[in-house]
Amino acid sequence: MRQGFYRVESVREIAGNIHLLSLHAPQIASAVRAGQFLNIKTRDMYLPLLRRPFSVYNRNGDSLEIIFNVVGLGTRILASGPSREPLDVIGPLGNAFGTGGDFEEAVLVAGGLGIAPMPMLTAELKRAGKKIHTYIGARNGSQIVREHMENVSVATDDGSAGSRGTVVDLLRTHLGNSSMTRPKIFSCGPTPMLRALAALADEAGIPCELSLESPMACGIGICQGCPVEVKDGPRKYALVCRDGTVFDGKRVVL
Amino acid sequence: MANLSVRIGSLKLKNPVLVASGTFGYGGDVPDLSDVNTIGGIVTKSLSMKPRDGNPPDRIVETAGGMLNSIGLANIGVHEFIKNKLPGLRKFDTAIIANIAASSVEEYCDVLTLLEAQEGIHGYEINVSCPNVKEGGLSFGTDPVITAEITRRLRKLTPKCLLMKLTPNVTHVSEFARGVAGEGADGISLINTVVGMAIDHRRRTPKLSTVTGGLSGPAIKPIALAKVYEAALAVKIPIIGIGGIMNTGDALEFLIAGATAIQVGTANFIDPSASMKIAAGLGEYCDANNIANVKDLVGTLKVRADISVVKSWL
Repeated sequence: MRQGFYRVESVREIAGNIHLLSLHAPQIASAVRAGQFLNIKTRDMYLPLLRRPFSVYNRNGDSLEIIFNVVGLGTRILASGPSREPLDVIGPLGNAFGTGGDFEEAVLVAGGLGIAPMPMLTAELKRAGKKIHTYIGARNGSQIVREHMENVSVATDDGSAGSRGTVVDLLRTHLGNSSMTRPKIFSCGPTPMLRALAALADEAGIPCELSLESPMACGIGICQGCPVEVKDGPRKYALVCRDGTVFDGKRVVL
Repeated sequence: MANLSVRIGSLKLKNPVLVASGTFGYGGDVPDLSDVNTIGGIVTKSLSMKPRDGNPPDRIVETAGGMLNSIGLANIGVHEFIKNKLPGLRKFDTAIIANIAASSVEEYCDVLTLLEAQEGIHGYEINVSCPNVKEGGLSFGTDPVITAEITRRLRKLTPKCLLMKLTPNVTHVSEFARGVAGEGADGISLINTVVGMAIDHRRRTPKLSTVTGGLSGPAIKPIALAKVYEAALAVKIPIIGIGGIMNTGDALEFLIAGATAIQVGTANFIDPSASMKIAAGLGEYCDANNIANVKDLVGTLKVRADISVVKSWL
């Protein structure tokens, strides 16, 4: 983990209200792994006060990319384009997806902005020689991002792209119709989706890693602000920022 | 080079900058991003006798110029602190102040007694002001008799620096300040967070699981300054000013208002080296302004002689 000021190279909209920001951050880029995040001060003022956490979307040499929806002041500032001032960034933070290990086929499941860690995860899994299936869920077809991903199936709430319904239902159907060899699920998305996916994975006996989201103040484990209930510890809660954001689906209570 | 050292009771601090309880873990948790040897001291996360899980999520929400928290004193408990955290803290060249939270007067005494038997703790800060727990916390901190009673009981158990951390959620903080000073406290940490809440109007739900939480950050600095000023006029023991201190200028305001030392809290979440920058900044300020001792700044607020200051709140 390090703190530094890094130049924004570009910001562009890659799908409906989904913006991609590229940051020249060689020291972080050389260390980051899929599933880790950056905690970014969007400007040097007290509004917004806190940093904002963003999963690393992709690494491109010395550059790191993040994606985001414009939801509040912080993301509005980021979307407005590169400023002359470099961004104050802490990273890489959190643990990473377990891309090595005893499985052959990787099933990537993303809901909404949960696609954020998937390109980097895809690259890591390809290097590890894993076969990849990607399932993407979104509200509608305009919000689908497929770049840097492999073997993509899509579900949308309104049926405007792919099948109509949830991405977990789509995966359930595919699992019923095909047989995968020693699969492992990797996912990121809204909590209701993760909850449904963890149940499906449990039912199907497939190991499952979930990247969770939580409001955070510090992102480095000192404020205790991002608890998630866990089943295995001496303590009731783990911290999403420090102990995650990636957790075994069997471990967490969502 | 200006002399930045200050004294709180028997405790000498190399400079008047500390990190506030609950905003820096147990003290040694962010070694990559901070050098605690350059600040006056570390106040640990609140310690209770048994580990506490804390409150359910969501515990954090940002508000205009501040943040609300409802952590609920989540901590590993004093035994694990002694076993796993304190050995690392002994290596630091800075004062270690153990913050204690409890749900009974006896628990405060028991935790302090356990810590008193250990090497490496230079003082105690007693949290009678957490707004996010049912027992202890504010129910003690808003009662001047109990607050004084806790001070009296703990004073008998230690010759080390004893700080009482008070809440701003009272009408006259000076009444509490006089009470703890009268019972032998070495100093007063002021302020803890201000009770506040935030609402999601679309869902008509509170943004924190516990509905209300404690407000911190720049938003509360004016409240904190007024409380520090009030307490400093009421008692002779040192005040440690806390509340929205983000930079050197903020720290100077607290010293001028009457604080002998200050604590940096929420700023640590944004920049884990904020306190180190402020300590360095105080030195630069003193040097640039020919101030030989930082303590010469304490309580130097210049108030116009022809104006009668409204002090009905005192």
